[in-house]
Amino acid sequence: MFDALQAWLSSFLFDWLAVLITLVLQAVAVILPVLITVAWLTYAERKVIGYMQVRMGPNRVGPGGWLQPIADAIKAMTKEVVIPAQSNKYLFIIAPILALAPAIAAWAVIPFDANGVVAADINAGVLYVLAVASIGVYGIVISGWASNSKYAFLGALRASAQKISYEIAMGFALVTVLMVADTMNLTGIVEGQQGGIWNWYWIPLLPMFFVYFISGLAETNRAPFDVAEGESEIVAGFHVEYSGMAFAVFFLAEYAMMILISFMTAIMFLGGWYSPFEGVPGLESVFSWVPGFVWLFAKVAFLLFLFLWFRATFPRYRYDQIMRLGWKVLIPVTIVWVFVVGVMEYFKVSPWFN
Amino acid sequence: MIAFIKHQVKTFGLIELFKGLAVTGKYLFKKKITVRYPEEKTPLSPRFRGHHALRRYENGEERCIACKLCEAVCPANAITIESEEREDGTRRTTQYDIDMFKCIYCGFCEEACPVDAVVETRVFEYEFHERGAHILTKDQLLAFGDKHESQIAADRAADAKYR
Amino acid sequence: MTFEQFIFYLLAGISVFSGLMVISVKNPVKAALWLVLTFIATAGVWLTAQAEFLGLVLILVYVGAVMVLFLFVVMMLDINLAQLKEGFTRYLPLGVLAAVAIFALMYLVLGPERFGSEQFAAPQLAGGEYSNTKSIAVPLYTTHVYAFILAAVLLLVGIVAAITLTLRRRPPKDVLYQDIDKQVKVQASDRFKMVKMDAVKEKDIPVKEED
Repeated sequence: MFDALQAWLSSFLFDWLAVLITLVLQAVAVILPVLITVAWLTYAERKVIGYMQVRMGPNRVGPGGWLQPIADAIKAMTKEVVIPAQSNKYLFIIAPILALAPAIAAWAVIPFDANGVVAADINAGVLYVLAVASIGVYGIVISGWASNSKYAFLGALRASAQKISYEIAMGFALVTVLMVADTMNLTGIVEGQQGGIWNWYWIPLLPMFFVYFISGLAETNRAPFDVAEGESEIVAGFHVEYSGMAFAVFFLAEYAMMILISFMTAIMFLGGWYSPFEGVPGLESVFSWVPGFVWLFAKVAFLLFLFLWFRATFPRYRYDQIMRLGWKVLIPVTIVWVFVVGVMEYFKVSPWFN
Repeated sequence: MIAFIKHQVKTFGLIELFKGLAVTGKYLFKKKITVRYPEEKTPLSPRFRGHHALRRYENGEERCIACKLCEAVCPANAITIESEEREDGTRRTTQYDIDMFKCIYCGFCEEACPVDAVVETRVFEYEFHERGAHILTKDQLLAFGDKHESQIAADRAADAKYR
Repeated sequence: MTFEQFIFYLLAGISVFSGLMVISVKNPVKAALWLVLTFIATAGVWLTAQAEFLGLVLILVYVGAVMVLFLFVVMMLDINLAQLKEGFTRYLPLGVLAAVAIFALMYLVLGPERFGSEQFAAPQLAGGEYSNTKSIAVPLYTTHVYAFILAAVLLLVGIVAAITLTLRRRPPKDVLYQDIDKQVKVQASDRFKMVKMDAVKEKDIPVKEED
């Protein structure tokens, strides 16, 4: 569709302009749904946590409260963005943008369905996501430093040290996926998992599945790893000085990262857009009408629900325990599993290795 | 040795975490206990201490005799009373103000009153939109008492046997 | 100008400009941030040169990890800017001399005589199936495997050395350490015991009469 559009545009425009317009349209087509999902993810979070605490959650704005995100957005937009005295103005404004931009840029390589429903089907997709996600730490570091506030600075140090530590475990977990899949292309990784639930990579990589998801929780600074904003210790961490829309942008970035991690987990461990009933005699034909992206979205929704479920269940970690978990538990487990996957690869354990 | 294996299984099997998740997962489907306030209201006790009121006898005579016990007992100094002799020789108040911002709704004024004149009613949904409006005058309090007299009388009757 | 050229000049311009800012900006934290921008722009240039693995690893390792640690250090240092600027004019001639000398050396080695575009044929555009990762990995794990393993061992030695330098266990009587393994292994039964016992009537305590 976008190729045809580009061809049509270049018939009367500059070549590079046609490419640029097509790219922008592609980006909007991916980013807009993500941002809308973020808005209603905040609503879902408040509802789910409310229900787990035996209360109703938001129920005032619109039927069942489902217009709450719009009310929140209007509130955030009309509030003043206070820029603290003695702070570094440019960096203070840039920081939330730097937090949000990587969380959105990573969506370029995420495939949504078979047959190349993806903005950029590049070879090094996994590496791209990892690299872009690692830039997100700058939003936090800069916001902490530019705020000229001790709480913000401490929060920034905590958050960025935590992110760097867990990136290692995350990277090793991805290495095992690459070893099984033999490719760094995300579409290729999903295609390697065709053929029902027992062909998905979560079975040979079960510990890695957990490690990846736990690292994802830590990467996004979500409970139980949310010491970066631990309100009982450092008020709100790195975004203490932010108000109004600047704060909302941090919020958007955090939730966009959550959705991204869920998509990556679904794609790499849970068979992406493939139905779990492939190869099951009766069920396969019953569910054959369901399009692929519905399966993907269902898996992502389940993983996002896990994020909320964990937040409602687990108490916050102590900071030294977070570091211990990352360096002394998750990383050794991943290194051991790299060797286990190597052995499985050598003996060609079917159906995952071939 | 068996204890060691058991411990490892427990640690790497994330048993405790799943137990915790099961608890919150169960609560997700429990009946919610939220009271949706403007539509639903929690039951109030007859002893509820809300908006103040001054009562009258059934013949229309105001009860307050300006003994100033409530003014004396008020821990927040919210009550101000001025009094003088009326033409029929009885002592009555000329001014009876309650500062609703100072009031802490302790109910001591109600307890101190020998003639059950000042009472606290069930009404707790009221608000002020201007400065100065929070000081309720005698006329306002009497009018409020007239308006809610049936409810006030019923509450006093319900509580009478415990006094 | 094609789109690729436009992107190349944009990224090249950004990297040159931010590189200049790194050495001219006064605040060290800002200098480090400009350096980050240089890295990102350079990674972009590498991407246009079909070296996607190198470009992304540059971002992942240098931008994502090394520069963050670097920023940590710079942010927490209490740098007196006035003191830093003090000797500027005094050392200027020496600095200019050194800069010119280094530039001359680099020009001699990397100049157009040896690395100019007429010395090399224009590189061929690789096909769609070309994978930069594979073309790096195959020689790395075959012809250069010894060098690769040696480098890995060297890094390991570095890690061990750094840890031995910083890790000093003081005797437990000076400092109280938490043994987290021990804390984690604790069972409920280690800490308290449920005792079943019958209800007992306490003996009367004789009251002493005082006169």
